[in-house]
Amino acid sequence: MAATSASSSSPSLIDTLFQRSLDDVIRVLRSSSSAALEAAAIARALDEIRREIRSPDLDTKVVALQKLTYLASLHHFDMSWAAFHALELLPSTSLPHPRAAYLAASLSFHPSSTDLLPLATHQLRKHLAPSPSNSPALAAPALHLLALASSPDLARHLAPDLLPILSSQSSSNPLRPKAVATALRTLAVCPDTAPVLFKPLVECLSLSSDPRAVSAAIGAFCELALAAPDPSPYLPLAPEFYRLLVDSRNNWVTIKVLKIFARLAPLEPRVTARIVDPVCQLLRCSPAKSLVFECIRTVFSSLLDHDAAVRLAVDKIKEFLASEADPNLRYLGLQALNMLGPAHSWAVEDSREVVIQSLNDTDTNIRREALRLIMGMLCDSNVVDICNMLIKYAIKSDPEFANEILDAVLSTCGRNVYELIVDFDWYVSLLGEMVRNPHFAKGDEIERQLVDVGLRVRDARPELIRVARNLLIDPALLGNPFLCRVLSAAAWVSGEYVEFSRNPLELVEALLQPRINLLPPFVRAVYVQAVFKILAYSFISFIEQIQAGELLAIGNSLNQRGGKQEGSDLVAAKSSSDQNNAFELEDGVATADKAILFDSIEKQETFKHESISCLLNLIETVVGPLSECGEVEVQERARNVLGLILIIRGTQFWNIEEEHELTRDNKITKIVELMEASFSEELGPVSTNAQKRVSVPEGLILNENLSDLLDILGDDDINPCASVSFSFRNHHSTETNQDSASAIGPNSLLAEHRKRHGLYYLPMDKDKSESNDYPCANEPLLPVSHGEDTEDIVKLPAQSLIPEKAKPTKPRPVVIRLDEGDGVSRSNLSTAKESKDDMLSGAIRDVLLRNEKKPSSTHKTSSDRTSQRRENDASENSELISQQKESNSFGDREHGNSSSRKSRHHHKERIESSGQNRDNEEKSHRHSAKSSRHHRRHKHRQREDAPLDIVPQSPVIQDFLL
Amino acid sequence: MIHFVLLISRQGKVRLTKWYSTYSQKERTKVIRELSGLILARGPKLSNFIEWRGYKVVYRRYASLYFCMCIDADDNELEILEIIHHFVEILDRYFGSVCELDLIFNFHKAYYILDEILIAGELQESSKKTVARLIAAQDSLVEAAKEQASSVSNMIAQCVAAHCRPLLDNRVEERGCS
Repeated sequence: MAATSASSSSPSLIDTLFQRSLDDVIRVLRSSSSAALEAAAIARALDEIRREIRSPDLDTKVVALQKLTYLASLHHFDMSWAAFHALELLPSTSLPHPRAAYLAASLSFHPSSTDLLPLATHQLRKHLAPSPSNSPALAAPALHLLALASSPDLARHLAPDLLPILSSQSSSNPLRPKAVATALRTLAVCPDTAPVLFKPLVECLSLSSDPRAVSAAIGAFCELALAAPDPSPYLPLAPEFYRLLVDSRNNWVTIKVLKIFARLAPLEPRVTARIVDPVCQLLRCSPAKSLVFECIRTVFSSLLDHDAAVRLAVDKIKEFLASEADPNLRYLGLQALNMLGPAHSWAVEDSREVVIQSLNDTDTNIRREALRLIMGMLCDSNVVDICNMLIKYAIKSDPEFANEILDAVLSTCGRNVYELIVDFDWYVSLLGEMVRNPHFAKGDEIERQLVDVGLRVRDARPELIRVARNLLIDPALLGNPFLCRVLSAAAWVSGEYVEFSRNPLELVEALLQPRINLLPPFVRAVYVQAVFKILAYSFISFIEQIQAGELLAIGNSLNQRGGKQEGSDLVAAKSSSDQNNAFELEDGVATADKAILFDSIEKQETFKHESISCLLNLIETVVGPLSECGEVEVQERARNVLGLILIIRGTQFWNIEEEHELTRDNKITKIVELMEASFSEELGPVSTNAQKRVSVPEGLILNENLSDLLDILGDDDINPCASVSFSFRNHHSTETNQDSASAIGPNSLLAEHRKRHGLYYLPMDKDKSESNDYPCANEPLLPVSHGEDTEDIVKLPAQSLIPEKAKPTKPRPVVIRLDEGDGVSRSNLSTAKESKDDMLSGAIRDVLLRNEKKPSSTHKTSSDRTSQRRENDASENSELISQQKESNSFGDREHGNSSSRKSRHHHKERIESSGQNRDNEEKSHRHSAKSSRHHRRHKHRQREDAPLDIVPQSPVIQDFLL
Repeated sequence: MIHFVLLISRQGKVRLTKWYSTYSQKERTKVIRELSGLILARGPKLSNFIEWRGYKVVYRRYASLYFCMCIDADDNELEILEIIHHFVEILDRYFGSVCELDLIFNFHKAYYILDEILIAGELQESSKKTVARLIAAQDSLVEAAKEQASSVSNMIAQCVAAHCRPLLDNRVEERGCS
């Protein structure tokens, strides 16, 4: 046990005589100027301590222990090695020795590491024993140590020793409150001790007790009730708590009582009815802010049905919010408002201005709470205004809070399949706007929502592709690692919904711009696939255009006066009818859109022979090198694209001058059909439960062991993801350099791109030196200047928080929802119940509620066990207590204490009669008892049985409260 | 309940630690480093609460010392602020205009006082007078025992006047709590 390093030198007389005191050590530590000197001083002190602590002289040992305690608690040295030496000092008769030992032990021991503490059991017991020779100066630290560090075994052994202190009647025993706290810890560590300890704990609550014992006991019950998964065992004590709530002048006690009532209220509706008045009284009159705040919390958590109380509490919150000087009160006020559900949104509405101002507070806590409140206020009529305001505000706020805002907006708007969103065009463009935030780091969520909206909301697709185009075309976004997921979604959207694009060629150009080598491979794979889809679409459109042109020519020849206008109509009609099956389902609006689209394409004359061949060339130049790419996904898709180009080039397409002859080439028709077939099927959202609905085919055994596969695959092949899931940064350093040469090759491409999209590039000279560094997505803005922001925020329309029923300007588009309510958050309401807590509450229930000596027929085995373990007189005592509880119920108290004698008489009688009554009650368990007394007993029994079958509900404890 | 109490100086030095929940030595060091970083970085006119790992840390600065207590999320923050103030007032009464140096050289006294106020993370004694009386009684007992054993009593260091800034100098107005 002793320190091994110090074993060579044993303590000598010199050490003892010239031992440095604790103050010396502290002085040396304080005078050492650098960290290195300090470390050296500590090392030296530790060396000394290791020697000194083994000294046979107790004074030397104590000083060494003190020094060690100092170093351990303030310089974080492990002192578990000295635990034994600390215990050695406990039996010393000189008072300072055991006190120092207790201090050392309570600072260093804790339940998980105290193997040695059982050695001290006897000594602890001796110090706890109430004898005149024993000073409280030792019993107090002994209790303290026991509270901090007792193991279940130790707790069980020493619990009986707490009893004399707990039940001491001397009015000012300073140890009694300490014993209460120790009993609380003992109960927590070892629930078995409940039968012994709980009764005296309950007694501490009684009127006659020392107020300090009451205060400690209420603290203990508060802990117990808050920690218990089911607080119902404490319900019988409600009258005591109520008395304290009304009578106590100690705010700290009242706060604890309120906490207990907040826990009990859901179990028993009449508890709330009883406490409303006292709580309101406290709210009105108490000068202590802590108590007022606790009252507010109690009202908001359990008294929401009482309108007057809620209004009073909200008024108090307004006072809190208005206190300019105290950010604590403002923070707590906002936090309390957050407790109110949507049913009480008027409360937030009342303080709207303060809440919005708080977004601008210097304190992040306050800003965060304000944000939560505002998010809670969102509804479909104000979502546009508020979100626009917030997104603008996010640009100016600091990075952390900016992302919190984005996160809040994304999660609130996306909640329950976008239930708040009416105008999806707006929402999609909002998503695009968010990406432009200089601190943007929410790529994953935006990626998900962009794709999700695309899948679910057909009407949003034209806007979606516009947003995607704007994102893709901006080379400044490419290098930002936070954005690559968004770009991946944008690329997918641009490929999937290319038919809504005004200019597919522009998209291809954006997708193949030189800087895409900055992207991680998995995003580039998406890019290449998007290029594939657009190429296929363009080619098909081109062919169909030619076919339509022939039709037009025929039409023209038939009808001489037919002009261009009609021709394009025909084109539209033709293409919309046969190009894409999906469009047959659409309504007139979409078809009209389509027509416009084709009009515009025709006007821009996109799909000309030259433009298609130009497209093919571009793709070949850029995608070509990718077919050699090391990344499997990129390589494979690049080869697909090149394969398609090869097929197209293999046709007579390039040899024929006359366009109209093209269509007679069967091969081309076949290719077109094939391409159409592969991309015309629309993708939809997939229910999370879809897999479950697929019935397992016959003969397939899913649970079959797949270990055979291991042999076949071998170790080497099983690592498919490694290449794909590249971390962004990594990619940055390695891939970029390697690919910049191979993928783009000539700088001419970059130069050309720069020429065409000069808008997105920095001036030439600057850019040359660092061609692969990306500029910031946005000009970094100056740090938030709070003055001007406030103005911006306050400009938020005054009515915007009010959920007014404005008529939507256009109907909400169809949002595909799957029947099982996918996306609906499944809140996990069930609280984890620890078996220990259950044990504890079960034990307490036994103590408080048992009133039988023999197990009844309805008892299950576990209850049998506990009831048999009880000693008979103890059980009688507890019965007395619990019945005292009954008699001390609210009603009695209101009529004064006159009933106490009567009630005592009552329960005496009851004890006598209980034996006879029991059999009857068992028979008539389900029938109502005739006399109220019978009824009460009956309920009592039911409660005791309750944990074995069902959790007792409100009717069960009726009679305790009335 | 209160999970731990920390006293941290403005320079980030730890002046007192008391743990009421189980933390290993490693965790303790980590917690202290993390929290002192968070707390010392906070500006003067911010709220005194930090949301931290699902708990709340309530802190308050007195002169050069930060008093921090970690509590459960549903505990009452204002109450804890009052307890902190209560503790500081008792220290002040005991040492007579307490300063950081008093706590450095009498760290065990500070622990004994704290132990009278809090046990097992619960408030024990809400009366300043009682605490003062109990501590004085203990002190006299210890002194008597020491004299009896005729052991050399430790000289308490007299500190340099410049270092004796009273902690309660910038006392914030007291909120009414008995």
